[in-house]
Amino acid sequence: MTDADPVRLYRTVRLIRRFEERAVELVHGGQIVGGIHPYLGQEGIAAGVCAALGADDVLAGTHRGHGHVLARGADPARMLAELCGRVTGLNAGRGGSMHAADLSIGVLGANAIVGASGAIITGAVWAHRRRGRDTVGVSFFGDGAVNEGMLLEAFNLAALWRVPVLFVCENNGYATTMPVAGAVAGSIAGRAAAFDLPAVQVDGQDPETVRVAASAAVDRMRAGGGPELIEARTYRFDAHHTFEHAVRLDDYRPPDEVTRGRARDPVRIQGERLTDADRAAVDAEVEATLDAAVRFALNSPEPDPADALTYLYASGLTARTGGG
Amino acid sequence: MPRLSYRRALTRALADELTRDEAVFVLGEDVQVGASLVTTGLAKRFGTERVRDTPLSEQAFTSFATGAALAGLRPVIEFQIPSLLFLVFEQIVNHAHKFPLMTGGQCSVPVTYLVPGSGSRTGWAGQHSDHPYSLFAHVGVVTVVPATPADAYGLLVTAIRHDDPVVVFAPAGAMDLRDDVDDLAPVPLGRGRIHRFGDDVTVVAIGHLVHDALAVAEEVADQVSVEVFDPRTLYPFDIDGLTESVARTGRLVVLDDANRSCGMAAEIIASVVERVPLLAPPRRVTRPDGAVLPFAPALDRAVQPGRDQLATAIHLTMKDSS
Ligand SMILES: Cc1ncc(C[n+]2csc(CCOP(=O)(O)OP(=O)(O)O)c2C)c(N)n1
Ligand SMILES: [Mg+2]
Repeated sequence: MTDADPVRLYRTVRLIRRFEERAVELVHGGQIVGGIHPYLGQEGIAAGVCAALGADDVLAGTHRGHGHVLARGADPARMLAELCGRVTGLNAGRGGSMHAADLSIGVLGANAIVGASGAIITGAVWAHRRRGRDTVGVSFFGDGAVNEGMLLEAFNLAALWRVPVLFVCENNGYATTMPVAGAVAGSIAGRAAAFDLPAVQVDGQDPETVRVAASAAVDRMRAGGGPELIEARTYRFDAHHTFEHAVRLDDYRPPDEVTRGRARDPVRIQGERLTDADRAAVDAEVEATLDAAVRFALNSPEPDPADALTYLYASGLTARTGGG
Repeated sequence: MPRLSYRRALTRALADELTRDEAVFVLGEDVQVGASLVTTGLAKRFGTERVRDTPLSEQAFTSFATGAALAGLRPVIEFQIPSLLFLVFEQIVNHAHKFPLMTGGQCSVPVTYLVPGSGSRTGWAGQHSDHPYSLFAHVGVVTVVPATPADAYGLLVTAIRHDDPVVVFAPAGAMDLRDDVDDLAPVPLGRGRIHRFGDDVTVVAIGHLVHDALAVAEEVADQVSVEVFDPRTLYPFDIDGLTESVARTGRLVVLDDANRSCGMAAEIIASVVERVPLLAPPRRVTRPDGAVLPFAPALDRAVQPGRDQLATAIHLTMKDSS
């Protein structure tokens, strides 16, 4: 099931990297309103984990969620159109960066509430399995989320009911400006141990290492095992959110730490496993894909304000308007 | 006259109260760096013991504040986004709010919950754009929504000194307003303010919408004389002040940036019509029922109550009574 092809893994990290760099440009250009939480530096985690998944599997992400959606195979053009608020976007322009979702490929959505996705994915996996599928799930979250009660409650439910969810903690060292040491009593892996979840720590900057760890966990879960946790150590290369590009917050990350963090680049690490020719071919193909994606997004129509509440109720209930 | 921004007014209020009363302390996410740009500089000035960064554990730190208040301190919690109030609704409503009665008057819970940037921030989409003040008014927690820098200062100061829990909504649409402010002073709870006198219709506007109401009042001034009433506190509501205004104008329109059903506008209208006969049916301009703010900017705007809708409501109210 696992996709061990190093070229495809490189393509995924490269795609996410360049997608995010393009998206940051579009934020600065005003085409993406509200800004984004760039996934830059963390590409290897989404890429490595998603390479371990099969077609029936589901995942849910975070506010820093573009990488998860792309690694799962969503169309970059429709993803970018979503960020630009266009009707052709994955969510018809209704969700934006923090809510991008593609249910058709098992992406239950990025989520703007820290710690919220773990319980949602646990319920989804449980239901799929009751209906006879071999589904496993992935819940991505940051180091900040391990202090949210609802995530720990999800650990408990998943463990208690043996729901095969791979909890993937992307430990980039900070929750906005709060360092892990200032926020986490005990350890992240220790949170898992308390619920008897097997836990491993891996180098999140190496996409292949992440893939191997995720594949092993997925294999165990498919063989009847319960939930597990992977703590992937990583580093966020850019701002917490692009608002920091406009408003400088105090140096909460020491400059030498940033330099060291950025030196371990998942795109370079995976790229070095390819021949120069293969790498160049992937880079060119990704660039062409993204050129087309940007054109598609910016040429797509914006939604009609008259349809602002379309999709509000799945039942078709219509809401009274605000009046006047 | 010194010019003061709404945001800086909040900073000043926090600094003044931290200075005045040792019992006051601030806690929240990224408050030391000041990610919301409200608590900027406070950690340096007052120390990290009194300006405390928390882990992302909203439910725990909200009730931690309740405990600290029971032990005699005056916590101010800053929430980065309005929807965090949904997460801690239990802690505020079922604990902080209920302790005085449940203990037979043995205690008070003077906690301030400050939400800088409530409502839409444009582009922050469904889970970050709510304006849930009516929920707190419904359960009876003191709720304020200042519209101006002076009121932001005065109401935050009063909230911190108040012996019961107070939720302070600082709308995103008001955060960057600047005003000439002479002297900063506490503003009493439960006292509205008439920003503009008029004869034909009273427009009640909440928070940042006060400024939209004033603009519309100017626009229509040659046809209709509009009075603009800013309640400032939503609970307890200055019903006497509003009744006095509507008794003069005879007409009422409410502008409220929150969902229509069971919203503040409904409560305000009901409270007025219980007391004053009107010349025309009252009207409200709100977000739609059940509104979730869509991401695309044009849709986000379409769901929020706007100036055109208000102008229409004013004209219809005049027509209904002619
Ligand atoms: C429940 C909740 N609390 C606070 C926030 C505001 N917020 C958004 S992202 C963030 C930091 C999250 O840190 P972490 O989980 O480590 O993820 P990272 O941003 O580092 O990827 C905060 C505090 C939120 N969206 N949801
Ligand atoms: Mg983090």
